[in-house]
Amino acid sequence: MTEVRFMKAVNQALSDAMEADPSVILMGEDIGAAGGSFKVTRDLLDTFGSERVYDTPISEAAIAGMAVGAALTGARPVVEIMFMDFVTLTMDMLVNQAAKARSMFGGQGSVPMVLRTPHGGGLNAGPQHSQCLEAWFAHVPGLKVVCPATPADAYGLLRAAIDDPDPVIFIENKALYAAKGDLPDRPEIPVIGKARLARAGTTATVVSYGAAVQWALDAAETLAPEGIDVEVLDLRSLQPWDEAAVLASLSKTHNLVIAHEAVEAFGIGAEIAARMADIGFDELDGPIVRVGAPFAPSPFGKTLEAAYRPTANDIVAAIRRTLD
Amino acid sequence: MTPDDRKTLYRNMLLIRRIEEALRQLFADGHVPGFVHLSIGQEAVPVGVSSHLRDSDTVSSNHRGHGHTIAKGVDPSAFFAEVLGRATGLCKGRGGSMHVADLSKGMLGANGIVGAGLPITTGSALALKIRGKGDIAVVYFGDGALAEGLLHECFNIAALWGLPVLFVCENNGWSEFSPTANQVSFKLQALAKAYGIRYAAVDGNVVTEVADGAGKLIDRMRKTPAPTVLECATTRVRGHFEGDRQDYREAEEVAGLDARDPLLLARRAMTDVDAAWFDTIAREVEAEVAAAVAAAKEAPLPDISDITADVYTTEEVRA
Repeated sequence: MTEVRFMKAVNQALSDAMEADPSVILMGEDIGAAGGSFKVTRDLLDTFGSERVYDTPISEAAIAGMAVGAALTGARPVVEIMFMDFVTLTMDMLVNQAAKARSMFGGQGSVPMVLRTPHGGGLNAGPQHSQCLEAWFAHVPGLKVVCPATPADAYGLLRAAIDDPDPVIFIENKALYAAKGDLPDRPEIPVIGKARLARAGTTATVVSYGAAVQWALDAAETLAPEGIDVEVLDLRSLQPWDEAAVLASLSKTHNLVIAHEAVEAFGIGAEIAARMADIGFDELDGPIVRVGAPFAPSPFGKTLEAAYRPTANDIVAAIRRTLD
Repeated sequence: MTPDDRKTLYRNMLLIRRIEEALRQLFADGHVPGFVHLSIGQEAVPVGVSSHLRDSDTVSSNHRGHGHTIAKGVDPSAFFAEVLGRATGLCKGRGGSMHVADLSKGMLGANGIVGAGLPITTGSALALKIRGKGDIAVVYFGDGALAEGLLHECFNIAALWGLPVLFVCENNGWSEFSPTANQVSFKLQALAKAYGIRYAAVDGNVVTEVADGAGKLIDRMRKTPAPTVLECATTRVRGHFEGDRQDYREAEEVAGLDARDPLLLARRAMTDVDAAWFDTIAREVEAEVAAAVAAAKEAPLPDISDITADVYTTEEVRA
């Protein structure tokens, strides 16, 4: 067991995957010689060479499309899109090509590609470098979407994503890159689609993912002295998402909060709330409450951004509301 | 090129022509769901190019992709079944005319998005270059796609990385319903030159010219991977899609199309072949197409219960 930073866990997963499978190649802007905007791919060019690690021009649509073509031709490309905001430029290739190929071609093949990209605020990076756009992808049949909260899961889920025969959007929260956590010497490779119990509790369930998992844990600690015992579920995977685990937790606590950094409206929380209001209706003792960013672009100014992003206090307030 | 090579080229063009004509009739009779874009008049391009391709080379196509598909060696029966939306189709009736694919033949799919085949092919070429067996990737695109921004991105990357992509532009002068002259401000030759990409132009309706031109380029690409542009001047006889009355075309232009018919031009050049051979080939091809059509019409329709089966790869397939 070693304590590593989140970004190192991602780097280690890429390195181990490339070691294990010669068909894995990396493509992205400044990922080679520069080691990536956030230094996540540091040293990989030196280790694996320019036939495995490709510094691409600033051509997001082409990079994504090339990953589709390379994947259909036997490679396992892992693409980095420098900020999740830039996925707008890749959408045709992800939505119309990667996501559809297997079904549209009658199951003849698949598109084993991974698109890694950082989301989230906290850097005062402004409206075009801070967004959490994961709900868009979770809405598209054929794509998988994962978003780890810990270094161990960053490692395990990325290995699982690279091994996966289907296209996976792998989302790294920028605020987590420096976070430390234990990485086992022989890490478990989780199945994509299984939630992780981050904290067991009996009074209310908070379902979350990515950076918001820590905020939920902080909220749980805040409420613990009052005898409010909060269970925190880390979804880890948003598409597919672990409906059974959420329902089981709701059936235990009977109160549900869903918290994410993304804009609340039409987000991941909306889907979970809708499903639980349907299949978990009889278990609910209070309203399902969502916590997310307001319906406005992510602002740049320091005080504005701090006020814009959800916090542990917002989750505390949401838990109190559902328990009221 | 031997006389037999010319005969093969002719036969392959005739097969595509008869397939397109059969689809025209099937569409008119209500047997083909959705949109159909026919490549009548453009058969010489894929036939000429494919005469130098092998199964391990890859091809990406576009909405007008029937000829590209058949020329790559895809089985006409499975093709018809797909275009008619049958369970026995190449894509189980889920793709149709605009999404026909046969990965076993290196046919990476027709495409409903103009220009989308460009990066897919460029990426395929990267994988082929890494594999190092001299295989190449071919993308067929129309002059309408010259207006897509991805062309720039792909030319740039393919040139920088020396990728074995053959960019085949089928220039029929029409960007859907508009003359390309009103849509595109540059010449493809000048664009290729700007990127340092080798460029060749052929009469895309003269199959021997396409085959010879493509053959020289492909031979070089197999030895030294590099992107190459082959611009083929050709003719779109039918509308953008079936049902398009083409009111926007001048009568003179339409009247000139017959004289440019690639089958007519090929036959005229085959002075050493007697009429009996052409009759025999016509009967063979017509019988083959008729059998494929009949089988497709008899084939079962897909079952909706199967609809989520291939959205993701199942654990069973993974194992």
